Amino acid sequence: MSLNELMIMRHEWALVAVALILLIAEIGMNENRKQNIKLFACVLMTLVTVLGFLPADTGTVFGNMYVTDPLRILMKNILNVGVLIIFLQSFSWLKQPNYQDRITEFYLLMLSSLIGVSYMISSGHFLMFYLGLELTTIPIAALAAYEQFKSKSAEAGIKLILSSAFSSAILLFGISILFAASGNLYFNSYESSDSIINVLGFIFFFSGLAFKISIVPFHLWTADVYEGSPTSVTSYLSVISKGSAVFILVIVLTTLFRVIQPMWQEVLYATSILTMTIGNLFAIRQQNVKRFLAFSSIAQAGFIMLGIVGGTALGMATVIYFVLVYVFSNLAAFGVVQAVEQASGKVTVDDYNGLYKTNPKLSLVMMLALFSLAGIPPLAGFFGKFFLFTAVAESGFYVLLGVAVLNTVISLYYYLLVVKAMFINSSDTPVTAFTSDMAMRISLVVCSVGILVIGFYSPVFAYIKELCVGI
Amino acid sequence: MMEHVPISHVLIVTSAMFFIGVYGFLTRRNLVTMLIGVELMLNAVNINFVIFDRYLYPDQISGHFFALFIIAIAAAEAAVAIAIFINLYRNIRSIDVEEVDKMKY
Repeated sequence: MSLNELMIMRHEWALVAVALILLIAEIGMNENRKQNIKLFACVLMTLVTVLGFLPADTGTVFGNMYVTDPLRILMKNILNVGVLIIFLQSFSWLKQPNYQDRITEFYLLMLSSLIGVSYMISSGHFLMFYLGLELTTIPIAALAAYEQFKSKSAEAGIKLILSSAFSSAILLFGISILFAASGNLYFNSYESSDSIINVLGFIFFFSGLAFKISIVPFHLWTADVYEGSPTSVTSYLSVISKGSAVFILVIVLTTLFRVIQPMWQEVLYATSILTMTIGNLFAIRQQNVKRFLAFSSIAQAGFIMLGIVGGTALGMATVIYFVLVYVFSNLAAFGVVQAVEQASGKVTVDDYNGLYKTNPKLSLVMMLALFSLAGIPPLAGFFGKFFLFTAVAESGFYVLLGVAVLNTVISLYYYLLVVKAMFINSSDTPVTAFTSDMAMRISLVVCSVGILVIGFYSPVFAYIKELCVGI
Repeated sequence: MMEHVPISHVLIVTSAMFFIGVYGFLTRRNLVTMLIGVELMLNAVNINFVIFDRYLYPDQISGHFFALFIIAIAAAEAAVAIAIFINLYRNIRSIDVEEVDKMKY
């Protein structure tokens, strides 16, 4: 293997190197200085993220098993930035004495999951895809159960590992049927046909993947796992896992299953309506903020489906753009939730009453994030939704578009409920004024800048659209 | 010998195994038995891969490899799952799925 081929896999090599360095640092480090490892991990992760943006070769290695192209590199870079933000946000949470000797575990598990995400995005063969998928989920299940002394955390871990094992078994059954249909598992030379056996394989495959994206009716694990897991892990699940699964779904649908497009369009059409509606309706009645954001993220998954339904290059570009915006908006919202949770231990919507009076800056960030998720005009979320709707209209699904617009209105209602709680409602026992640590503040500033800038800076969308032309 | 067994017979067995696994996963109340249900599903998939390779595409071995990888990963998954079960047992002294209901809507 030559140096050039090594450089093609540079995202993965860099992440593996960071994981190993952290492991060695953990062994050699003095007990009293364990807290420094957090800063160290963030610096290394920043380096990896910057490295990812440098221009480099693309191509295939290992006989087409591993593929990269500019689009995949962009997706990996987006997710790297997301993980960096999560690392910054986890600073104060990891400071608790309970986790003193297990800090490195958090970084190692999250990094191995990110390596899995990278391999999954770059897979050119079903085996690579499956390995990447498992490497993504198994460490995250361990992380969901990270808070050893909270039974809720263990419960979240169990629900995550069992539902993901179940869904990967279904997915594998689908892959085995697809293997029977063509005898070939390479993405680039897979000979698809519209025979019954291929359709059957697709249905199993799609169901397995739908679990990971939490599309209704496969969403039942989402709210419980999001509520019980530590907030950093929740943000990882809702942004990174979901984003990567969406991306791979786009790739697979547009390459392998192009032949049966009329069929998967119907499937996506129905699931998208169901996902948006059920996600939104359940979000209204949630009292716990994390559950509320869980259902909101289910609804967002429904919106993402809108872009995929058409199967056009424009649709794919809007999906990637929407995921980019979603990373910043959702991480900002979870960042605020985590800051409040760390400072006061409060997690229900009513606890946010009067937050503006005591913590005005935090409330403003939360407002920006929720407005962006809802799609209010000056923010990036608006452009994300607008482009999605354009893609749907272009493909001629007007009924679907109508349902989506209605759902946007419903979602506005419950996002505004939280904003109202923060700005208008008064409370006898509001969250007291507090200052978060530097890392959390940096992460929230980065997210806010992302929310404000991505929408206005049009070259971002133009670039993504250019990359998607080939699809 | 194997050639006397038609592929449809084997497929009936694997499909039955797979759906028995699904049934077990959905109905059992003990977390470990739910895990066994998942393992049953995965083993059905393994047999599927090997059988398709042997009967339909005897000139290649990618199905066999896939089965080997599935076995390895299923073991890893079971290890993590059981570790989490033990953690739960320490917390609530039970691995009955009915007790795992702290969070509901």
